[in-house]
Amino acid sequence: MANNFARILSGKRNVGIMSLVGAGSLTAAFLLNREHVTAGAQVRRVYPASADYPDLRKHNNCMASHLTPAIYAKLVDKATPNGYTLDQAIQTGVDNPGHPFIKTVGMVAGDEESYEVFADLLDPVIKERHNGYDPQTMTHPTDLDSNKLKSGKFDERYVLSSRVRTGRSIRGLSLPPACTRAERREVEKVVVDALAGLKGDLAGTYYSLTHMTDQEQQQLIDDHFLFDKPVSPLLTCSGMARDWPDARGIWHNNTKTFLIWINEEDHTRVISMEKGGNMKRVFDRFCTGLKEVERLIQEKGWEFMWNERLGYILTCPSNLGTGLRAGVHVNLPKLSKDPRFTKILDNLRLQKRGTGGVDTAAVGSTFDISNLDRLGQSEVQLVQTVVDGVNYLIECEKKLEKGQDIKIPPPVRK
Amino acid sequence: MPFGNTHNKLKMNYSAEQEYPDLSQHNNHMAKVLTPEMYANLRDKETPSGFTVDDVIQTGIDNPGHPFIMTVGCVAGDEETYEVFKELLDPIIEDRHGGYKASDKHKTDLNPDNLVGGDDLDPNYVLSSRVRTGRSVRGFCLPPHCSRGERRAIENMAIESLASLDGDLNGQYYALKNMTDDEQQQLIDDHFLFDKPVSPLLLASGMGRDWPDGRGIWHNDGKTFLVWVNEEDHLRVISMQKGGNMKEVFHRFCTGLTKIESLFKDKGHEFMWNEHLGYVLTCPSNLGTGLRAGVHVKLPNVSKHEKFGEVLKRLRLQKRGTGGVDTAAVGGVFDISNADRLGFSEVELVQMVVDGVKTLVEMEKRLEGGQSFDDLMPDQK
Repeated sequence: MANNFARILSGKRNVGIMSLVGAGSLTAAFLLNREHVTAGAQVRRVYPASADYPDLRKHNNCMASHLTPAIYAKLVDKATPNGYTLDQAIQTGVDNPGHPFIKTVGMVAGDEESYEVFADLLDPVIKERHNGYDPQTMTHPTDLDSNKLKSGKFDERYVLSSRVRTGRSIRGLSLPPACTRAERREVEKVVVDALAGLKGDLAGTYYSLTHMTDQEQQQLIDDHFLFDKPVSPLLTCSGMARDWPDARGIWHNNTKTFLIWINEEDHTRVISMEKGGNMKRVFDRFCTGLKEVERLIQEKGWEFMWNERLGYILTCPSNLGTGLRAGVHVNLPKLSKDPRFTKILDNLRLQKRGTGGVDTAAVGSTFDISNLDRLGQSEVQLVQTVVDGVNYLIECEKKLEKGQDIKIPPPVRK
Repeated sequence: MPFGNTHNKLKMNYSAEQEYPDLSQHNNHMAKVLTPEMYANLRDKETPSGFTVDDVIQTGIDNPGHPFIMTVGCVAGDEETYEVFKELLDPIIEDRHGGYKASDKHKTDLNPDNLVGGDDLDPNYVLSSRVRTGRSVRGFCLPPHCSRGERRAIENMAIESLASLDGDLNGQYYALKNMTDDEQQQLIDDHFLFDKPVSPLLLASGMGRDWPDGRGIWHNDGKTFLVWVNEEDHLRVISMQKGGNMKEVFHRFCTGLTKIESLFKDKGHEFMWNEHLGYVLTCPSNLGTGLRAGVHVKLPNVSKHEKFGEVLKRLRLQKRGTGGVDTAAVGGVFDISNADRLGFSEVELVQMVVDGVKTLVEMEKRLEGGQSFDDLMPDQK
């Protein structure tokens, strides 16, 4: 890793990592070792920590569960080399107390170093959110070799569409809650330049949100590609919607099977999708596309935020590791009414959502079924989990059609 | 995000051009005034508490505005904002406040005896009368920028001072986060309760952070004097009652405000005020008096007349719906109030409302009787 950092520090860019505040440039080279990450400038405070400690008595989110007054007092005077503070990281969790049934994360990262400087809070949050994954002792496997995927073609009488998404952050630039306008524009430029180098079935076009024509906008809406300014207070309270729609946009390939969102909740969200049940091809394109984009940005001296503790670094701690959600829209009229449906999904490490995505309801009996986990399992492992799981669900559906009984499968892992 | 000034330095790694916002789709006072040169001049400055020009303008960037309604597009994070960023704020103030110059002085007059008349607005037409203003406590950051500790300190100061009020100003404080369901319902029924702001104009400035921590409502037992704590400003002070006795409303307003000010002074705190800008508040549109004196008045005929807008303009009055700013009138009942805030004293503004509403009611009666009101047309004030 030190090699890569040396390359970045001597790269063609004049801004970014070269000009981190204070000891920051040395800090970048030592990121892997938490002990060496020094905080940036001291935060100017008027009141003692106890006077500023948030009132979390009505709150139900991961941040509130772990932010004790002692941890707050320890971290509140620190800032990352870019100057991002704890108060900024937790603002979204303070402003959104949460729901008794749904436990949100309640905090974001403003930059890569947030995960180091605020580790005393983020590590327990990550452990709770990611099923016991301990960033202090464990390492995360990254595996984008899609050849390893077995039997990824679903029965298309049941599976209507297949999709894999993840996110990637550009090392050296702040994340959406914290980035300046110039940084955000730089992310856009770096990614758009790289995407212009994609060829063959990956060749495509970029549509900037600011400059899109009405026709382009309508086409993107019809294709279900267009993302809008976020309205969820979970997102807006973190500051990620500032300056909208400056430097935001959508890129997609000509065949509309590979799509990249720029500067929405993350620097980039990468999506591979198709109608039908050929998850293998979707995952192949996902991996090929991702690796090509990575190669193209590396040519210009950039790289993705990644480390072996946390895998790929994204804005929300819930998306660490692979940041991967592989899912299908699948029709399960009989199984979805079976009282064992939820338990079956749990044991298969799968999650159901409505066909509008997160926080939507299912339409008819068509569900969005995807992997629950993000961190601690590789991309190949997670997609395999979805493939095996969805195949099992389809088998159950077929059995119920024939009047046969189904079994709850044993848990696929802890 | 505003609070946390250390992060602001990161911007200096980029050139002013690279950071300058895209204001090509914008129509607000900030966008009219902020040239790239001005941005370059101001962007390395910060107030002593760390508020920067980017913090000032964020709400104006995030809310491009409306072709018909010109919003301000800026907020202050502390008293010093108006000094450190005067290059940006002075022209905005001049444009927003009818040509008020950087060298002008603002007159404060809270002596209710100076108001002429105002106790005789016809209650058949004038349903209610109200005067509101805001006050900021010197030495503390304003709602877009304050920390939780500062906000709570403001709340504590307000609670202590208001607890000392007695007589017809004796009352009670209701903290938003501790309110019982019954108390909440009562406050809603009385039209006193304020809710977490939903307007992106306000939220984008950062003033909604940590809601409802440190926020609350105080009112006197008679429900005619009301104080909002930590909503858009440190304090909003409201005097109101049914009917047309604006003189009484203004009298209570002045007495109450003066008492609160002296109670704060007893504890060593004063309100933000200077002789150029008068009372300093979060939004530049509320400088000077921060005063809006208004009535709910029935004008079904006048309001449909083609000259209604012109009449209001000449009287220096503004119309709103009965839900307040950005609402529609219901059943011919309008909220009519002073359009100005800065450059006129409190007495002068309330006088304009009193005299202007009298004229409007006269006009309404004429139209009811099938007569014209042309001879009543006022000159431009």
